[in-house]
Amino acid sequence: MTLLTTVFAAVICTAIWYKNAPDNKMNLGLLCWMFWGASLMWLVDAIFEYAELKAEYFTPAPADMLNDLFLGLSVIALAMVIWVVVLLIKDPKGIIKKALTKKNN
Amino acid sequence: MACFLVPTAEAAVVTVVTKIVEKKELKKVHVDGSVDEVVKDETEKIPFSRKLKWLTNLQWGGSLLLAFEHVWHGEVVPWFPFLSAMSDPADAAEMFHEMSTVGVTMALLTTTVWAGMLVVANVIEKRKVSDTESVTE
Repeated sequence: MTLLTTVFAAVICTAIWYKNAPDNKMNLGLLCWMFWGASLMWLVDAIFEYAELKAEYFTPAPADMLNDLFLGLSVIALAMVIWVVVLLIKDPKGIIKKALTKKNN
Repeated sequence: MACFLVPTAEAAVVTVVTKIVEKKELKKVHVDGSVDEVVKDETEKIPFSRKLKWLTNLQWGGSLLLAFEHVWHGEVVPWFPFLSAMSDPADAAEMFHEMSTVGVTMALLTTTVWAGMLVVANVIEKRKVSDTESVTE
């Protein structure tokens, strides 16, 4: 479930990145790299787990599925927080800089 | 248990290599040995340092999210030695086995995907050059 959630996030991010390319002012590439990297690594985890459990791998207990979904959503939230922090620090549109240097009237 | 440490280690090594390659690319060495600083490469070719960054981005990003998963499962803890499996020799042995199997495969897969990206990038670069040549003819 975690793998599935991350793959969906990776595909959606890549589609949005492609739609806006070559303009990368929102730094969406960072999200794409994070999600694709994690997806590949969890794919390896899934393959090893499948080799161990065989068909049982596809019939997880509902509690495990829920926990994995919760984990997947938390991973997406963490990645998005990292992305927002990096975006605000890099400030490619200069909005933060403008706001900070704006003189009070 | 700590499989993400293998791609993390690879990412650290590749990051250092990227910095070295980047420095070399910014310097243009003449035949007589004098060195010119090159501000920007104006050619269409993607610099190798940029290609290396694709790999580091993939591995750092993935390792970071996997590290969070390990914290979630209580396998990474905020106190020394930071890996819960290290407190028991049997668990530690299992952890090292997992690192040598799952971890190494993770590093290999990300590197293989990156190699695939390089092949695609090379094909696109070559296509660009041949397109430019056909326009000038």
